Amino acid sequence: MSTASGNRALQLEEKLIFEQNSPGMTAVDLPNPAELTNVESRLGDVARTNPIGLPGLSEPQVVRHYLRLSQKNFAIDGGLYPLGSCTMKHNPRLNEKMARLPGLADIHPLQPKATVQGAYELIDMTAHWLKVLTGMPAVAMSPAAGAHGELCGLMSIRAALEARGDGRQRVLVPESAHGTNPASAHMCGYKVEAIPATEQGRVDLQALKDKLSDEVAAIMVTNPNTCGLFENEIIEMTQAVHDVGGLVYCDGANFNAIVGRVRPGDLGIDAMHLNLHKTFSTPHGGGGPGAGPVVLSDALAAYAPLPYVVHGEDGFDLIEHAAEAGDNQPYGRMKGFHGQFGVMVRALAYMLSMGSDGLRQASSDAVLNANYLMAKLGDILTPSYDGPCMHEVLFDDRFLNDTDVTTLDFAKAMIDEGFHPMTMYFPLVVHGALLMEPTETEGKATLDEFVGVIRTLAEKAQTGNAEDFKQAPIYTPRRRLDETMAARNPVLTYKPDQAAAAE
Amino acid sequence: MATVKFTEEHEWIALDGDVGTVGISDYAQNQLGDVVYVEVPEAGASFNKGEEAAVVESVKAASEVYAPADGEIVEANKDLEDNPGAVNSDAQGAGWFYKIKLNNVADIDGLMDEDAYKAYVAELD
Repeated sequence: MSTASGNRALQLEEKLIFEQNSPGMTAVDLPNPAELTNVESRLGDVARTNPIGLPGLSEPQVVRHYLRLSQKNFAIDGGLYPLGSCTMKHNPRLNEKMARLPGLADIHPLQPKATVQGAYELIDMTAHWLKVLTGMPAVAMSPAAGAHGELCGLMSIRAALEARGDGRQRVLVPESAHGTNPASAHMCGYKVEAIPATEQGRVDLQALKDKLSDEVAAIMVTNPNTCGLFENEIIEMTQAVHDVGGLVYCDGANFNAIVGRVRPGDLGIDAMHLNLHKTFSTPHGGGGPGAGPVVLSDALAAYAPLPYVVHGEDGFDLIEHAAEAGDNQPYGRMKGFHGQFGVMVRALAYMLSMGSDGLRQASSDAVLNANYLMAKLGDILTPSYDGPCMHEVLFDDRFLNDTDVTTLDFAKAMIDEGFHPMTMYFPLVVHGALLMEPTETEGKATLDEFVGVIRTLAEKAQTGNAEDFKQAPIYTPRRRLDETMAARNPVLTYKPDQAAAAE
Repeated sequence: MATVKFTEEHEWIALDGDVGTVGISDYAQNQLGDVVYVEVPEAGASFNKGEEAAVVESVKAASEVYAPADGEIVEANKDLEDNPGAVNSDAQGAGWFYKIKLNNVADIDGLMDEDAYKAYVAELD
């Protein structure tokens, strides 16, 4: 049934902000510069000659527009968000309170050092916690997110190798590593080679050893890996790489599974990024920026990028130039300023409020919850690997064999049930992957509700209701979107002419 | 009729003289789903067997397309840049990726013929 307005009760049809344009309307009443006789424009030939193209709206229009858009979002604040490999966990409100303290929120990176000693201390304290938790001697705090951290780690490796006159060109990346790893290695100028996975979903150690030589600069291993499994031969792997003079990068995106349990420094890892936004609970994935500090071993510590905080004679100091770095040989800068300071504030608030015992409990609960899903769903879905998993559980689409229902159809049906789907079709090492990461946030009641829905849907798929799945989602403001069309013909900018032509 | 051979990585190569036309198999396109982007090599580029010569991206995943033998690219199917869907609709015809002049035509002797490839694919499912 349709309505005259196109709205469906609280589901409001919202036009693009550009389509709500009333030229000249504004929320702020400023004097027209042309009418101020004592002000002369100094823009010269850079003065704008065309309309700026921003929509004119009143303040209530703008507030309603963004509120309505936010109501169309799914967020961790609204429910279980089991995206594997993305770690959507609760963001404690205490973190937000700390980040809004004026002494932390209203400062500028170019302020005199003496006026922001507290901010430097906060960066230093966050760094200390990260070093202790990972068992590593150094950390580069500036990388902006995970993949930026990967690049930082590889640039550190390259700098260390080149400092010893070593021009190695190959980087090995297992199939079970994160998808961004090969891209980061390529961007750093390395030639990427894949290492196959075993049938147990782990790195094929023999295949790794067969590829090792004095041309291998590094291996990039993800541990726990993207199948949600701990690489239990990691020490033998890192030793083998070190034996040929190579270095070990570990993708730390899944560190949230092992905090307080395993120290990567004890495993022979030389560089690892930490996703503060995942492991240490800050809003991300549309809710805020990431932060990807990189812990470094003794072999790499001297090459960490600028700037970094040190304990100086008169309190904390910031090293911003290679000339001030003493014996260190920083390879350059990853970012204009110190890194994602607001994320560090939230991450430190999380670490201090949890304490080391609480962090250990959180990673243990995350692993317990994933294994609970495996135990409750293992008989009706098809787990890809035997035995316990870490913080995420991987199923493949064998349970949908001969049903004509695909992983995508199944995910769309979950949306109608009010659940955000898990990660689909990743990792690539299994067919039609469904990767679920419940995190420690969820209690048993939520997980049981989720399990009930998944079991019902799986039974429905297996008893010949494929057409219902093909129709899903039914209850969303828009039905199934044409992902192929969106990828083949992306329309990423609003142009008034196009909008008129489309009508 | 040109000889058509298949690799374990699901490329096909149709040999005409010493020039092979290369694409991905119908099985591969079906596994990938709707192809949304194809990157083909430049004419004149040289590849060794097993090196990444092209990239194919679908709504599900991005995959490398490897050179089935050593050789030099003589022509790339630039139409795929505007019409990647040809890989889905006609993987072993209009959806070809590139033509490669083989250094040694005997290099592809060890690849699978169509029957062997069909048997190989049946094992995978």
